[in-house]
Amino acid sequence: MNGNAESSGSKEIQRRDFLKGVLLAGISTSCSTKDPFTEAAKRELVQASGETVQLLSTTGEIIEVDKAFLKPIEEIPSTTNLEERMGIKGKKFVMVIDLSHCRNLKKCQSACNHAHFVSDAQNWIKVHAMHEGEHTASYWQPTTCMHCEEPPCVKVCPVDATFKRQDGIVGIDAERCIGCRFCMAACPYSSRVFNWDKPVLPPEVLALNYSSETSCPPKIGTVSKCDFCPDMARKGELPHCVSACPNGVFYFGDMNEDVITNGSDTVRFSELIRDRSGYRLMEDLGTKPSVYYLPPVDRLFKFEEGLKNQEASRS
Amino acid sequence: MSTLSQVSINKITADLLPKKFGKPGIIWTTVLVMLSIGGLIGYFRQLQSGLSVTGMRDYASWGIYISNFVFFVAISLVGSLITAIFRLTNVSWRTPLTRISEIIAVSAIIFAGLIIIIDMGRPERFTNLFLHGRLQSPIIWDVIVITTYLALSLLFLYFPLLPDLPIMIKHSRAGSVNQKIYKFIGSFWKGTAEQFRISESAVKIISIMIIPVALAIHTVTSWLFATTYRPGWDSTNFGAYFVSGAFLVGSGGVVVAMYVFRKAYSLQEYITEKHFNYMGKIVVMLALLYLYFNINEYLVPAFKMKKAEEHHLMSLFTGEFSYLFWSAILVGMIIPIVVLLFPSGRKPLPMFVMGVCVVVGAWFKRFLIVTPTLLSPFLPISNSPESYAHYHPTWEEWAITVGTLAGALLIITVFVRLFPIIPIHETIEEQSKAHKL
Repeated sequence: MNGNAESSGSKEIQRRDFLKGVLLAGISTSCSTKDPFTEAAKRELVQASGETVQLLSTTGEIIEVDKAFLKPIEEIPSTTNLEERMGIKGKKFVMVIDLSHCRNLKKCQSACNHAHFVSDAQNWIKVHAMHEGEHTASYWQPTTCMHCEEPPCVKVCPVDATFKRQDGIVGIDAERCIGCRFCMAACPYSSRVFNWDKPVLPPEVLALNYSSETSCPPKIGTVSKCDFCPDMARKGELPHCVSACPNGVFYFGDMNEDVITNGSDTVRFSELIRDRSGYRLMEDLGTKPSVYYLPPVDRLFKFEEGLKNQEASRS
Repeated sequence: MSTLSQVSINKITADLLPKKFGKPGIIWTTVLVMLSIGGLIGYFRQLQSGLSVTGMRDYASWGIYISNFVFFVAISLVGSLITAIFRLTNVSWRTPLTRISEIIAVSAIIFAGLIIIIDMGRPERFTNLFLHGRLQSPIIWDVIVITTYLALSLLFLYFPLLPDLPIMIKHSRAGSVNQKIYKFIGSFWKGTAEQFRISESAVKIISIMIIPVALAIHTVTSWLFATTYRPGWDSTNFGAYFVSGAFLVGSGGVVVAMYVFRKAYSLQEYITEKHFNYMGKIVVMLALLYLYFNINEYLVPAFKMKKAEEHHLMSLFTGEFSYLFWSAILVGMIIPIVVLLFPSGRKPLPMFVMGVCVVVGAWFKRFLIVTPTLLSPFLPISNSPESYAHYHPTWEEWAITVGTLAGALLIITVFVRLFPIIPIHETIEEQSKAHKL
């Protein structure tokens, strides 16, 4: 409650808070005597500390509460490996990337890297400078995992470490992955990256239990990739790339509800795809991606504007 | 056997018994042991800091480990060619070559398995292949056929060895370690007619069974690539292409081994110029066959030059890998074909040189099949460090790769120290038959 009121401006801070929340939950299960979550602890008489904080109540009033009465709560219920492999019932996640709005700002990339503790060399989101033919127009094309309906990576995985969920997400269980990298060879979109080095992580992240929905903590010797942020979906929030993009390039939503949003505009998926001639990458391969693209027509920015950022990120 | 005098039997036995290594043998073994230790040091470093010690990165995600794996699987096919196919087609001159080719097959397939574990990011999770194995993955097919092939090849090495074991027991020092080994693996063999009958029919069954399994190991290995969409791999031709290349490199390997054993053990009477002549013709035939598949693999896509293929093909023909590519084609196929077409080219020494060419060319050919494709992805290589667009193996990678090659040679070396590399019993049998005629 308090966490949301204080940091609604920044998704990045929210992520940290979420991690801390999970960490506290983790500690609570291991300790028994001074456990803040037990019924006994809740009934315990707390001495007021005299320090107060202002909070927004559920009814919309600002209330003042003594700090000593604040108790950490488990932010989202933890999911089991089986639940994570099954996916969220009744959902069919879909993404639409509007190429006419992209100018290679890479805010999506940095937000994603920050949230998933991805190193700069192992970007899950890549923004390609596309020059398809000699006289065709150049444009910027961000790519995530395509979360294909016929995922070539899942077909070749020998140990079921990468799997297709009922909500359309292709997940990775880094605790099962043997690191053979066959999925990387199989993916025509080059979405997959490998943890060649030991990931550099803060100790509180390292201490977390692994979840294939947060892909945290990343593990050395295993493959990782864009996970469509199902942990955010469970909280009713948008993936980090969607909320980080200032130009509304990324739309995310549920195909079953036929609603997608880029954070400011909420539209019907089918209408957007119909009216703006949406398409998918490499349709001829038969992979049936869950990521759609809107062609780079009537652009907000010139292609050249993005080049500055390309140079900056190189050095 | 009675038709052959005891004197000549004794001579054959004395000639073919494994001998203590001389100075060159000891130097050779020491070098192999040192190279293997180098590989272990490299692997220790890899275990400590993960696959980041290799030159592989997100685009070139398979490198010389996987090409070395394909090489080992390829060379192991020769066991089935010389022992099984030659046996079923009644090639009478195969006898002195059978054990050579079978031990090459066994040691190569053992290291093919090891290399896959070395290439894994999490080798300690190897057991997941059995705990969570999914039949739809070509890797699981490979695990199944490779273990089957290893089992069949070991039997194929073992059964024909049995009649030699009483001879070995008789001629080894009583109570020595060697004799204990011989007794442990073969003291039940009394050489009765019944035992020969069982052994004969077992070998016959295995020689039929091993041919589809051998074709399967290399076809499935080719499918690790051909089941993807990648330019250069997306080919229905791949199974036959790999199998033909495998027979070629295996025959090249046998030619090299024939020459070395003949020299080291003075086996000129047993591995004769006739054997080199025949093997030379086989190598030419196989090289032509492999060249045919190569033309298919490169000419047809080059004729169309689809956009995705273009980057890959140009990197081979004129780009980054062109020196390696044309050298592998020339050294691994064209030069051996030309040299071995001449009768004087099929003499032992030129045969040996051509055998080395075929094997070395084949090793680099495997690399050219594996890595350049990965550096030609469909989407551009973006937002990655500059170095990700290239592949340069590190010293650890080379040390491990050389270490596995040395390890495979070490198995062969230890084997020839313990067992006769040319079957003694079979040779005596054959010579007495020839004597009768």
